Formats: sequence, C-alpha cells, structure tokens
Amino acid sequence: MAILSSSIARKVAMALSGLFLVLFLAQHFTINITSVIDPDTFNNLSHFMGHNFVVQFIAQPILIFGVVFHFIMGLVLEIRNRNARQISYNSFKGNKNSTWASRNMIISGAVILAFLGLHFYDFWFPEIVHKYVESNPLDATRYYPELLHKFESPVRTGLYCLAFVLLALHLWHGFSSSFQSMGWNNKYSKGLRGFTQFYAIFIPLGFIFIALYLHFNQ
Amino acid sequence: MKLTLKIWRQKNNKAKGELKTYPIDGIEGDMSFLEMLDVLNEGLINKGEEPVVFDHDCREGICGSCSLQINGEPHGPDRLVTTCQLHMRMFNDGDTIVIEPFRAKAFPVIKDLVVDRSSFDRIQQAGGFISVNTSGNTIDANSIPVNKHDADESFNAATCIGCGACVAACKNASAMLFTSAKVSQFALLPQGRIEATERVLNMVAQMDKEGFGNCTNTGACEIECPKGISLENIARMNREYLSASLEG
Repeated sequence: MAILSSSIARKVAMALSGLFLVLFLAQHFTINITSVIDPDTFNNLSHFMGHNFVVQFIAQPILIFGVVFHFIMGLVLEIRNRNARQISYNSFKGNKNSTWASRNMIISGAVILAFLGLHFYDFWFPEIVHKYVESNPLDATRYYPELLHKFESPVRTGLYCLAFVLLALHLWHGFSSSFQSMGWNNKYSKGLRGFTQFYAIFIPLGFIFIALYLHFNQ
Repeated sequence: MKLTLKIWRQKNNKAKGELKTYPIDGIEGDMSFLEMLDVLNEGLINKGEEPVVFDHDCREGICGSCSLQINGEPHGPDRLVTTCQLHMRMFNDGDTIVIEPFRAKAFPVIKDLVVDRSSFDRIQQAGGFISVNTSGNTIDANSIPVNKHDADESFNAATCIGCGACVAACKNASAMLFTSAKVSQFALLPQGRIEATERVLNMVAQMDKEGFGNCTNTGACEIECPKGISLENIARMNREYLSASLEG
C-alpha cells in the first residue's frame, strides 16, 4: 500500500483526475457552444444529458467524485507542501524561475471551486428541483431560455468570465504538468505542451465568448 | 563597490534567528561571493564580533557545500554557477543583498547560513549505489556496451553535486530533482538495472520520510540548478517508480 501514500502516487492521482476533468471540459464546451450556433440543438443535447440514465446515474456521479477528489488531493498536497518549509524566506523571487500560474495552482483552483459553487447554484440545483422535487413534465425546449435568463445579469456574467480567466491559468500549468507527473517527458513533449497551452486558452476563451454572447443577445 | 548585506544570523538550531544588516565597502567585481563574505568576516573578527558562519569547501563549483539563498534565489542571480563561482560583478554599487540559508524542514539550520543536508545523504544511502563485487573478479565496465545517448544522459544526471538548490528554489521544498538525478544516473546504465526496482522504491520512500514537499512541476529547480539537471530526470523517476510499484 506504500504506493498510495507516496509523493509520486499523489502526483499521479492529481494528474489522472485533472486529465479526466480536462476531458469533461471539452465535452461541456462542445454542448455549450451549440447555444450560440443553434439553440434547438442546445435544447436537444441538454435534454438528452439531463434525462439519459448513463449520463445522470453513472457519468455524473463519477464526475462529481473526480471534482471532489481533485480538490481534496490538491488541498492535502498544499498543506503538506507548506509544512515542508515551516520558516519562509525573507526574500523569495519565484518569478525568476517559474510562472505565476505554476506557483499558485491552489489560488486558481480555489477560485474555480468557488465558481463551481455558483454554477451549481445557478444550474444544477434548480435542475434537480425541477426534475425530482417538483416533478415537472418533460419539456425539451426550456433549456435555452433558462440559460439566456441566467446571463441577463452583468454581475453573474462578469463572475463567470473572471472564473474562466483563472481556469485558463490553472489549465496552462496543470494540463501539461499532468503528463510530466505521469512520466511523459520526451521528444514529443514540446508539441504536447503547445497543444495543452492552446487548449488552456481556447476552451476558457470559448466559455467567455459564450457568456458574453448570451449576455449581449438578450 | 559599497554594499549593504542583510544576513541571517542564528546562534544554533534552537535559537530564533533574524536578519542583521552589515554595510561593507571595497568589494571588487572580480571577487567571488565567498571572498566578499571572507572580507566581511575579517572585519567582524577584527572588531571582536562573531563571524558569519557559512559552508564552503572546494570553491570551484564541485563540492556543493556553498549553498546560500542570495536575493531570493539559490546561488544568487547568475545561472549554472554555485555560490563560490558567483562573481560580485553581478551586483551594482549601492545594492542591498539579502543572504539566507536554504529553507526546508528537511534542512534544519545549524548556525547562521549553515544547514544540515544529511537528509540527502540518507536518500543516497537508501539506494543510490550499485552492488559490485570487488574481491578480485571485478568485470571491466567497458566490457558492457552502453548506448551513447544513455551514457550521456546518465553522466548528465551524475553531475548533480547535491547542493540542495532544487529544494531551496522549489516553493514546496521538494527534493524530486536531486532524488531523480541519483535514480537516473543508475537507471540508464545496464549495471544499474539489476537493483533498479528496489532503488527507486527505497529512495522515494526515504525522500518522503525526510519531510520534503511534493513536486508540482513549477520547473524552478531546473532553472536554479547550478549543474543544469533536467526535469526529464523527474519524469524518468516517476516512470521508474510506477513500474517498480506495479512489479511488486
């Protein structure tokens, strides 16, 4: 059982859960971008995701577990790492040898977690109430109007955009770092890093575009 | 050159330390950083004050003793040099230089700028060796062919002098670069493969036991390493560790 408590096992666990969440982000983005392209498609996909047994009762619990695991493991690592240097430097120039994003994953992660709270409050909890508490009849046309309604507020739209900026910073380091953690560092790593950095910019920027598009097209 | 030094002074392991300010004059650009500290100490001794205690031995970048955190960076602002190879021309007249010991729970301060790095020795002792029979039937190493790339990579990893700059630079005080260099230098050679599984498991277990932090791949260690040890070694150690764990 030594592998489960070793520093390398913890790195790999963070990497695997992070990669799983990266895949989820791509899927979430693919569905959300249809709200800009064709609201009917967005409604149909949302209805499918909201009522498909596999998505609701297998994929969703796995996703929630992945998020909770990534968060708890990140917190455990942060506490252990802070404990490894109990007296801080009076002068520490981290900017000279590493990026802000790489040194502050806990900050970007905490902002993303806070955003997830808001996101659940906005969409997930109302959806659960709609389906399982109020037991409303099926309506495959309600998703786009509800989405549009949420982005009426400039404050909410601003908070979403801010969270996506932090998501970009988190991905900028985390996505490529996960491959290094799993032992992947070879002649293909430069190309892979390029792809992960493109992803880190493209996906959050896409989410920002969707939020702003919905806000300004009420 | 006239400088203001802010140096960490700490009587012993138990005492509370603090930064003390020392003005210093007459420093030449061609002096090494340690020669500058020698000048300071000569002045302090002449005034009847306790000299600043710092580690040093070879003064030619080989031994890894002279490990100081200088203006927020291990071994100071220059790259690929140890503190003893750092020249004062890297600083300007009137500069303030903050000098601290390497900070890590696994590197407790002994006195002033000297830290106990025996945790590195214990990691080495846990597996950083190959068992060779030297009782008269030693096989010539050249009789075992080694791929040129692997030989070069192994040699590069073996240039780690164990100074601890990787730990000092890392925001998590992680010793992954050091440990991975010591694992890699053997893992890349056929002579080292025989004990590879237990080596990586034992060395990582000892590294964790010493209380070093977890690597989060910031890359600071690679930038600050005076010998340019690559992050590829950490990836290699991760691979070695995962396959060793699966093997048993």
